[in-house]
Amino acid sequence: MNYTWNWGIFLEPSPEGTGTYADMLLSGLSWTIATALSSWVIAFCLGSLIGVLRTLPSKAARAVGTAYVELFRNVPLLVQMFLWYFVLPEVLPGSLGSWIKQLPNAPFYTAVACLGFFTASRVAEQVRAGIESLPRGQRMAGTAMGFTVAQTYRYVLLPNAYRIILPPLTSEFLNNLKNTSVALTIGLLELTGRARSMQEFSFQVFEAFTAATILYVLVNLVVIAAATLIERRVAVPGQR
Amino acid sequence: MTDSPITGSTATPAPAAAAQAAPSDSGLQPGTLIEPARQRAPGTAMIAIDAISKWYGDFRVLHECTTAVAKGEVVVVCGPSGSGKSTLIKCVNALEPFQKGQITVDGTKIADKATNLPKLRSRVGMVFQHFELFPHLSITDNLTIAQRKVLGRPKEEAHKRGLDLLARVGLSAHAKKFPGQLSGGQQQRVAIARALAMNPVVMLFDEPTSALDPEMVGEVLDVMVELAREGMTMMVVTHEMGFARKVADRVIFMDQGEIVEDAGKDDFFGKPRSERAQTFLSKILQH
Ligand SMILES: Nc1ncnc2c1ncn2[C@@H]1O[C@H](COP(=O)(O)OP(=O)(O)OP(=O)(O)O)[C@@H](O)[C@H]1O
Ligand SMILES: [Mg+2]
Repeated sequence: MNYTWNWGIFLEPSPEGTGTYADMLLSGLSWTIATALSSWVIAFCLGSLIGVLRTLPSKAARAVGTAYVELFRNVPLLVQMFLWYFVLPEVLPGSLGSWIKQLPNAPFYTAVACLGFFTASRVAEQVRAGIESLPRGQRMAGTAMGFTVAQTYRYVLLPNAYRIILPPLTSEFLNNLKNTSVALTIGLLELTGRARSMQEFSFQVFEAFTAATILYVLVNLVVIAAATLIERRVAVPGQR
Repeated sequence: MTDSPITGSTATPAPAAAAQAAPSDSGLQPGTLIEPARQRAPGTAMIAIDAISKWYGDFRVLHECTTAVAKGEVVVVCGPSGSGKSTLIKCVNALEPFQKGQITVDGTKIADKATNLPKLRSRVGMVFQHFELFPHLSITDNLTIAQRKVLGRPKEEAHKRGLDLLARVGLSAHAKKFPGQLSGGQQQRVAIARALAMNPVVMLFDEPTSALDPEMVGEVLDVMVELAREGMTMMVVTHEMGFARKVADRVIFMDQGEIVEDAGKDDFFGKPRSERAQTFLSKILQH
């Protein structure tokens, strides 16, 4: 192979004129993190709601929850990204569609919504599994104390379920973080997209993707460390 | 609704006598578990079960069950596995819906659409076979959370009531622990205190000692005996016939979803009328 390594490339100015190649990658990283965190807020809240729906006694509620999960987890993420970005503004009523299209940073908002709704279907499945793994008597005990259905979830079922599903939820968070790279297809200037631009401008493909890889791994390690801390904090004395 | 005769002792021993009667090794503290207003007043039905039937699909779990529990009365429910005892007792606080009949608890009709079920349940204490303490909450929080979130009691008041009851079941030292750090017997005593903290008008027990190691059965029964002697209205599913002999006013025997016998304690143990009850009794008393 005939390849000239040049690790100094990161300190050279990028042709975009906004700083060095290193700055370019770091700005990509910050978009990656912003997208991951914002979409996680949607995924966690909506996913919890959908997961709860799937465990309610009401058949209608369960059907809504199931429909959501099956819709969002069975369509490839890339297709969903295109649907949100290219199709949705066209099928929405005229003014709303054009309002979306002229949004500054439309790729960012679209990616946040798309990833949020997609990951919600996966979070929902974890939440449902967590609730279903609790002894049946817990729901009964909460109900027997006089809690309403909402209170039983709030004070009894969810605190226990979240503790159980913390490890798989961490995986979902990491998946969501890595899935942000799909948003490069709709023009989001996130880390993978920036690494590709760097390669196109400088032809230093190995340096660009080595750097991107290291940045992804570092961020994931931080997430894992944080998850371990949380796990320790919420651990219940005397359990397991 | 049939008017079952209320048999058994009619006099309520003074609380002091009740406390004395409790063996000391359980660590029970003297004092009352319930307030005097809730104590025995014969003649008023606290629970009236009126011809209820329940089906799971085609399978009939309860068939035309009718009985009543008077204020201050202790009724023991027994019968073979699968006879519907748990189902019946869970119907009383509407944990299980039923398709026919009516249950009235302290004047409130359960099968009425207008009935606020959470509110009704908050006045009916329930103790489960597997304790069902909330594992993520400390013992103190287990005792106070429903007082605060359901009854709206201020934190201090809920705390005081919770810790008082914890002392009465002899577990003050464990207030800061979590359920997973207690033995089964201790957990069940906390579960009883948790139910009592809501000032229930009636207590339901579903096999409260059958998940316990034998050496822990006594400490839980002691608490229940004291409660009964203080005049709490109780409906107890149990096969502890010693407990039934000691404090029950009536014994109900169920088989295949039907109430086969409903008799005063002495009648029941003396001369159970049905063959099924006789067979059942001879089986469990042999052990
Ligand atoms: N969810 C359910 N669906 C279908 N059948 C059920 C359900 N729950 C209980 N049953 C049936 O109803 C009958 C009564 O059950 P129940 O739990 O009330 O019996 P039990 O007298 O409490 O028995 P045990 O002494 O074993 O606790 C049993 O035959 C049981 O199989
Ligand atoms: Mg049972």
